[in-house]
Amino acid sequence: MTDSKYFTTTKKGEIFELKAELNSDKKEKKKEAVKKVIASMTVGKDVSALFPDVVNCMQTDNLELKKLVYLYLMNYAKSQPDMAIMAVNTFVKDCEDPNPLIRALAVRTMGCIRVDKITEYLCEPLRKCLKDEDPYVRKTAAVCVAKLHDINAQLVEDQGFLDTLKDLISDSNPMVVANAVAALSEIAESHPSSNLLDLNPQSINKLLTALNECTEWGQIFILDCLANYMPKDDREAQSICERVTPRLSHANSAVVLSAVKVLMKFMEMLSKDLDYYGTLLKKLAPPLVTLLSAEPELQYVALRNINLIVQKRPEILKHEMKVFFVKYNDPIYVKLEKLDIMIRLASQANIAQVLAELKEYATEVDVDFVRKAVRAIGRCAIKVEQSAERCVSTLLDLIQTKVNYVVQEAIVVIKDIFRKYPNKYESVIATLCENLDSLDEPEARAAMIWIVGEYAERIDNADELLESFLEGFHDESTQVQLQLLTAIVKLFLKKPTETQELVQQVLSLATQDSDNPDLRDRGYIYWRLLSTDPVAAKEVVLAEKPLISEETDLIEPTLLDELICYIGTLASVYHKPPSAFVEGGRGVVHKSLPPRTASSESAESPETAPTGAPPGEQPDVIPAQGDLLGDLLNLDLGPPVSGPPLATSSVQMGAVDLLGGGLDSLIGGTNFVAPPTAAVPANLGAPIGSGLSDLFDLTSGVGTLSGSYVAPKAVWLPAMKAKGLEISGTFTRQVGSISMDLQLTNKALQVMTDFAIQFNRNRVQNMGRLARFGLAPAAPLQVHAPLSPNQTVEISLPLSTVGSVMKMEPLNNLQVAVKNNIDVFYFSTLYPLHILFVEDGKMDRQMFLATWKDIPNENEAQFQIRDCPLNAEAASSKLQSSNIFTVAKRNVEGQDMLYQSLKLTNGIWVLAELRIQPGNPSCTLSLKCRAPEVSQHVYQAYETILKN
Amino acid sequence: MIGGLFIYNHKGEVLISRVYRDDIGRNAVDAFRVNVIHARQQVRSPVTNIARTSFFHVKRSNIWLAAVTKQNVNAAMVFEFLYKMCDVMAAYFGKISEENIKNNFVLIYELLDEILDFGYPQNSETGALKTFITQQGIKSQTKEEQSQITSQVTGQIGWRREGIKYRRNELFLDVLESVNLLMSPQGQVLSAHVSGRVVMKSYLSGMPECKFGMNDKIVIEKQGKGTADETSKRCLRQESCGKQSIAIDDCTFHQCVRLSKFDSERSISFIPPDGEFELMRYRTTKDIILPFRVIPLVREVGRTKLEVKVVIKSNFKPSLLAQKIEVRIPTPLNTSGVQVICMKGKAKYKASENAIVWKIKRMAGMKESQISAEIELLPTNDKKKWARPPISMNFEVPFAPSGLKVRYLKVFEPKLNYSDHDVIKWVRYIGRSGIYETRC
Repeated sequence: MTDSKYFTTTKKGEIFELKAELNSDKKEKKKEAVKKVIASMTVGKDVSALFPDVVNCMQTDNLELKKLVYLYLMNYAKSQPDMAIMAVNTFVKDCEDPNPLIRALAVRTMGCIRVDKITEYLCEPLRKCLKDEDPYVRKTAAVCVAKLHDINAQLVEDQGFLDTLKDLISDSNPMVVANAVAALSEIAESHPSSNLLDLNPQSINKLLTALNECTEWGQIFILDCLANYMPKDDREAQSICERVTPRLSHANSAVVLSAVKVLMKFMEMLSKDLDYYGTLLKKLAPPLVTLLSAEPELQYVALRNINLIVQKRPEILKHEMKVFFVKYNDPIYVKLEKLDIMIRLASQANIAQVLAELKEYATEVDVDFVRKAVRAIGRCAIKVEQSAERCVSTLLDLIQTKVNYVVQEAIVVIKDIFRKYPNKYESVIATLCENLDSLDEPEARAAMIWIVGEYAERIDNADELLESFLEGFHDESTQVQLQLLTAIVKLFLKKPTETQELVQQVLSLATQDSDNPDLRDRGYIYWRLLSTDPVAAKEVVLAEKPLISEETDLIEPTLLDELICYIGTLASVYHKPPSAFVEGGRGVVHKSLPPRTASSESAESPETAPTGAPPGEQPDVIPAQGDLLGDLLNLDLGPPVSGPPLATSSVQMGAVDLLGGGLDSLIGGTNFVAPPTAAVPANLGAPIGSGLSDLFDLTSGVGTLSGSYVAPKAVWLPAMKAKGLEISGTFTRQVGSISMDLQLTNKALQVMTDFAIQFNRNRVQNMGRLARFGLAPAAPLQVHAPLSPNQTVEISLPLSTVGSVMKMEPLNNLQVAVKNNIDVFYFSTLYPLHILFVEDGKMDRQMFLATWKDIPNENEAQFQIRDCPLNAEAASSKLQSSNIFTVAKRNVEGQDMLYQSLKLTNGIWVLAELRIQPGNPSCTLSLKCRAPEVSQHVYQAYETILKN
Repeated sequence: MIGGLFIYNHKGEVLISRVYRDDIGRNAVDAFRVNVIHARQQVRSPVTNIARTSFFHVKRSNIWLAAVTKQNVNAAMVFEFLYKMCDVMAAYFGKISEENIKNNFVLIYELLDEILDFGYPQNSETGALKTFITQQGIKSQTKEEQSQITSQVTGQIGWRREGIKYRRNELFLDVLESVNLLMSPQGQVLSAHVSGRVVMKSYLSGMPECKFGMNDKIVIEKQGKGTADETSKRCLRQESCGKQSIAIDDCTFHQCVRLSKFDSERSISFIPPDGEFELMRYRTTKDIILPFRVIPLVREVGRTKLEVKVVIKSNFKPSLLAQKIEVRIPTPLNTSGVQVICMKGKAKYKASENAIVWKIKRMAGMKESQISAEIELLPTNDKKKWARPPISMNFEVPFAPSGLKVRYLKVFEPKLNYSDHDVIKWVRYIGRSGIYETRC
């Protein structure tokens, strides 16, 4: 059987011949003709003209022929929708065929035909197939629901297929379960808010059972789905981990990596003191090492992931340095990745081995690899102080080889070593200077110039050296020009007498003959400094430099956490969040690691309990160029999370304001930084921010003083749980200050004294852009008299929003510890978000329009508020008293549209469109915000306010 | 998920193109050709992102297989799938070549339709696929046969069909190990590990339940604890015969093995597929028997001459024979001539491979042999020094360098009337060189 002949027909009039053959009476001839058509299709020829003739062949007993015709249909149905209808009958008939393979084939193919008219006919057969007696048909139908959803999501919902699909999760056949999970996960991704994959302990249990029975691919689907689950406490997390660990011995690397993902994620919830935590760490290392004996492409995927894992939990692989040694025959992409991990694992214990390896690599053939190896030696010197000496001598040996790019790379890293260990290795400068002529790359030239300038006083002929560079000043790259300018000014400040001419020359070159504004500016600054105050110039130019950090190229911690949630996927290969390379709304849902649960920490005070690394240990992060590009939208890359909350917040607010409203932020900013107890007049912001908006301003200044809606007090801590102390409370916001109104009742038989209160730090973290509300008590809890049995006191505790922060789920969760003379009690409560709506949350109308357009549509969330029979005016004034301001109002086709804005204490703006239909009790709320995770809570606030 | 799958020949012509998702257009086919196959530079990564579309590729001889997607897919899964795809194709029509792909393109489309649905991999066990993708049409099957097929494809034991019968129940176990070494010129072991595979060929009737045991340290120690009295005698015996158990760093199993049982009891139990399959893979790093030691000596005599002397020593029982021994000594690019003298076997300078290749057919344990060579060099003004690639070695020995021993493989088939004793079992150990290198 040789089908290759079909690829060779290229003569003219081919289509006519094929047409004749397709209509032939002979079955064999027909089949041959269809094969030719498919072959032409494969190589990219347009054979759509044959559509009716091919479809005519569909009615056949020959399964092979049928499959070929289906293949053709999938390719061309879209371009010929009317004719595609001709095929529908056959599909519907095939879905009833006694042979399950044919039923499945029909339903599988129908789902691939993206023609609206056909999808309507698909619904009935699909419904039957979802309940088919044969598992093969059911598993195919499950995937078909995902296909249909991709074509017409509304149809799938209307037809109730989602519920049927959910039922399939409990199917008796593991493969049906796996495909249903895959389909549901995909559908859920495009509906981030819906609770499609209603994961709860029961359904998780079902999935874990199916995990043991289904195919390798099914196991991957299930594990990837499990990774999205958030266990309710550490015990549940542990029990899931226990059932997932056997997967680490699977032969399929993807199963192993997905299992690693689940474990890495749930491990976050386990206390480090648990024995199990240690066991789990030990179990993770061997499978990761085994991945390195897979095929090279998989090794690459594994190494990119290990790179993340090593950054997140260095302890897992710290003894496995040797397995990352580069093999001579490794493909270059594997070599480069291994090298990266070697540097990360380098420590005092293994540095000798690592250095010996690196020296070996520096003599290899591949230029990129050699450069990286040389650079790695420099990094080792900076990372492991004890090895610095050996590293420097290794680098000097390498410089002696005179291989051009090795020398240049070595000089670049030696510059860093000089900065890290000042006054230690300067003796090698002479050797470096010998290689001046061979430097032709800007980075190396700039490094060399920096060295000459920095150590000008020790290099006798520094002026000559720099002068030689100056000759071709205009041909140099900007990097070199800037460095040369600075170096000569340094030289001048150190040896003013003999270099006057030189400095004049460089200053005039930089300021008069250059087109580069950066260069000109720097030139002018130096010039003025030198001419007005040489002492100041000395202080500025020769200032002591900050130390450089030990670790470079670390991934920013929040990004790292997100990437850990994507282990095994493309995101972990690119080291970028999916939003950086996936189009549209899919996969843009941010993932974050689960927080440590309270139960494991309850022995400690909540204030100190959940800390990762103390701020001092947090490494300074220098994001690599690539990361920066991926993160252009996430504005607060700079400050590490551990920074003081006040500073971080204001930086972040600035970033939001850049996009939000310029003027408002001036007032907003002061409000934010000022102690929150000081009342800021309610609508102070509005008049400054908006001249125009006053025209549309309906109710500004009305009713704002009455304060936000206050919910009735609820019992937060029942007496049963707190040895007789009952606490009920609520939150209020009155003219700019937030307070927690508490009612303490003593239901015990003894007197209670010494009350104190503390909050767990709360925040929601999301990919660098942080929605955080650091609520904290602004004053101690003041219960003056001892509380005698059966007595009740009411206290109002002022709150500030500048407390330190940590992740909370949900984000308005507040964990509170109350202490009295008897014990410490913990409870948690959800605070309504509207207490965080500030008084100057009114946005200028034009700003509103611009901002609304500017926020991407993915961030828009829509909600229904039912049973709210208010008219527009009433709603508007009701909302205004809780600091939700109406910017404009419009009437469109009998509906009232209210455009509203509000601002949270941390400077995040939320824009809203409230659609009210007179006579209809439910209204529609659309919210747009740059931090979409708050939308859900804003909606809840709306609902509470409007209904009370 | 996978949006499309393309197969190209070495020129970049499309042989197979199957699109699963609407977001992958025809231009993706060309984008890969232009940016990867026809790229000027050597490919730097198996994953390429071109205009927000990601391409995963693997190469088999001259053939490129590429999977395409626009979503954040499970990358490990895509590569595993591509390898599996190669296995399936190889099982159907042998070597993956342009010729074979063109000859079987209809079959390939049929397979792609079956093993990938909407970009989700489905059952891809060749055993199961061969029951219903036959290129003959399946109309002739009876109803029972059909439901048997579907239940096998989707079932818990998707790798084996029921009703298999053999007159002679027989099984073969091959312990295949590759021993990897990186040694410094001074003879210091920089890294060494054994990656082993246990390959089983089973010709057993019915649905046999198998249990496999080896001298795994953890199991042996556990048993030792269990019955202290009885084993104390056995322990004595064990000590007298030397190394009895080995420490396995990590192992992975074929999907037929019950992983949860291994995790809890460390016992390896399974219902095997019919015919040949890889039961397990493992890796060890401790107490490895290195079958050969290579002692290199390279001396540069002036700028135009190198003297090389290499001694190899075999390090195993004298009664055993190593086979297919090959030592590869790299030579500089500017070599003009080589004179070789060796004590045993044949040695040749191969200019095209820049190496002296020394072959020895057989060599017993505890022997040693030596080669010396004089390499003439052309004078060059290339400043860069010769990189001195490591000396590599190939061989095959009739034992397992890790020390692994098969202790038992028990077979139970409760429904049929044959017992463990009736099964004829064969065990064979082969140790091969993996990357066995000594730097010089």
